[in-house]
Amino acid sequence: MFRMTGAEVLIRLLERQGIQTIPGIPGGANLPLYDALSRSPVIRHVLARHEQGAGFMAQGMARVTGKPQVFFATSGPGATNTLTALADAKLDSVPVICITGQVPRSMIGTDAFQEVDIYGMSIPATKHNFLVRSVEELLTVIPEAFRIAASGRPGPVLVDVPKDVQCAEVAFASWPEPGLPATPRDMPAGDLIRAAEMINSSKRPMLYLGGGVIQAGAAGAARAFAEKGGIPTVMTLMGLGAIPSDHPLSLGMLGMHAAPCANLALEECDLLIAAGVRFDDRATGKVEQFCPGAKVVHMDIDPAELGKIRPAQQALVGDVGQALQGLLPLVEDRPNQEWLDRVQALKQEQPMRLGDAKEVRSAYGLIFEAARLAGPEAVVATDVGQHQMRTAQAYPFRTPRRWLTSGGLGTMGFGLPAAIGASMARPDLPVICFSGDGSLLMNIQEMATAVEQHANVKIVLMNNNALGLVRQQQELFYEGNLFASSYGCCVDFVRIAEGFGMRAVNLDTSADPAAEMARAFDHPGPCLIHATVDAAQNVYPIVPPGAANKEMLKGEEYADACA
Amino acid sequence: MPMPAHETMSSDGGKCCAVLELAVRNHPGVMTHICGLFARRAYNVEGIACMPTGDGSSSRAWLMVNEDERLDQVVKQVEKLHDVIEVRRHEGGHPVFGGLEPYFRS
Repeated sequence: MFRMTGAEVLIRLLERQGIQTIPGIPGGANLPLYDALSRSPVIRHVLARHEQGAGFMAQGMARVTGKPQVFFATSGPGATNTLTALADAKLDSVPVICITGQVPRSMIGTDAFQEVDIYGMSIPATKHNFLVRSVEELLTVIPEAFRIAASGRPGPVLVDVPKDVQCAEVAFASWPEPGLPATPRDMPAGDLIRAAEMINSSKRPMLYLGGGVIQAGAAGAARAFAEKGGIPTVMTLMGLGAIPSDHPLSLGMLGMHAAPCANLALEECDLLIAAGVRFDDRATGKVEQFCPGAKVVHMDIDPAELGKIRPAQQALVGDVGQALQGLLPLVEDRPNQEWLDRVQALKQEQPMRLGDAKEVRSAYGLIFEAARLAGPEAVVATDVGQHQMRTAQAYPFRTPRRWLTSGGLGTMGFGLPAAIGASMARPDLPVICFSGDGSLLMNIQEMATAVEQHANVKIVLMNNNALGLVRQQQELFYEGNLFASSYGCCVDFVRIAEGFGMRAVNLDTSADPAAEMARAFDHPGPCLIHATVDAAQNVYPIVPPGAANKEMLKGEEYADACA
Repeated sequence: MPMPAHETMSSDGGKCCAVLELAVRNHPGVMTHICGLFARRAYNVEGIACMPTGDGSSSRAWLMVNEDERLDQVVKQVEKLHDVIEVRRHEGGHPVFGGLEPYFRS
């Protein structure tokens, strides 16, 4: 018979789930949990500076490992601060488990100090949530939270634990089994055969890979499938890394900031093979005009995604890796040379143009230089904005689960804490965080955590003293009425970083910026690499919001190149 | 006399054509999960009836909803809720709400 407090049960259950690191912040309502955590021989606590930061650290760990990760917050403001990180995890299908303290059960509903209905508030931001009503329930709720977070389409789970439940004693005979992801159901053979027939009879197929391919660990299967069928491939923002950027069949990202060749090839395809994607508006543009002549084979583990935006002639409900592996022997090994030649011609005529990429201090130059210095194994995190789209366009992605970006929610402030989390989960890998000045300021307090943890994160800051992507949209779509999109105060980021105890280099004042950057990368631990970039430089191509993908604006880079 | 189900009226004067029968886990919060899902998709639930079944660990919920082109998607989303064990869709209504009609006369 075991006898211990709820807090001890909870920590022990997390240990049994294999949790090794928990970012979080203590407060009145979760102090019993922290007291028990202090005695854990295996779990390391990482003290974040904001609960949103803790949530994104957990996300960083979950995105690189593919396993559910945990973060802690106290009741009230601690709990509400987790909501953005949870909503972000919901939209990008990331398995994180947020454990919040709650006021004692007898005080729930009395407007007690730091009481908030986080159970009610987190319903739309989570895959599922629990308010633990007795100490015994912990033994079922915690394994169940892990099972739910990792099963099917992964997602965030919140567990709200009243303080008296943490303190109550419970006696039990045996530990429950750790919660593991449910085995996906088998794909019906008939569906696979019909999909394969559509693929084999198509003349101009395109493969459209999304975050679901990464989540399913199906990048290898996707590549084998594309190679066998000779099928040109585009990826969503979340799907980058599924196939290496420089693979001959890869056309990179599709959608709003895609290379023209990617959107134009999709325009001509007669079959769209969609894998682990949800036909997001940033990828499809005006959905009625997306791949107008194409039939659709759509594979996804979430049945609700099939037919949600675009009806599929053949749906494959289930694990994307299983679907791709099942299709592999059925797909004929006879690529359509005419179509491949056509796509190749589009790639030649309408490539991604990256302007002054040879100049180290340009936005694209910084991306290439950082990629070269960090090497092919690096983890790449971004914030949200122009720097994010440029990284998606230009970075030489090679490996799945090394690309961390806030795709669905588009959360500024994601990058730094996610990069710290990635570095804690994979201390063996270098981590780059590309950021902008607007985004970095939204979770800059986590610089302190990075320094404390000696996280090997290199922050490449492209500073235009503006909300660049907002500014760009105002210029292009609001008749140049620039309003509230640039900052009056020029923040000295180098001094700020140094104030946190972080190394910092300023490429603006450097005689040899490439050498300066190389030194920054050589030195282990966190470092800020600051470079001013031109606020007037827009990200091109851009599909105007609401327009069809073929209506992309190409900007000066293309005008120069075509002249 | 109870109104036949197919004549049950919705708030906008249209006919409510679909009744959903849900088997759900019974605990405080389950109705918030279900109603919140409809609410945030701007999908009106015209009528609700819910009672525990068997030993009280589960409940049966009846929802009267408008049948429009979004119903398939919203049913798929309801099926994803962890506390929802099963969803049965009754096209063209179901007498359950007709039986309640006497209690809703003004």
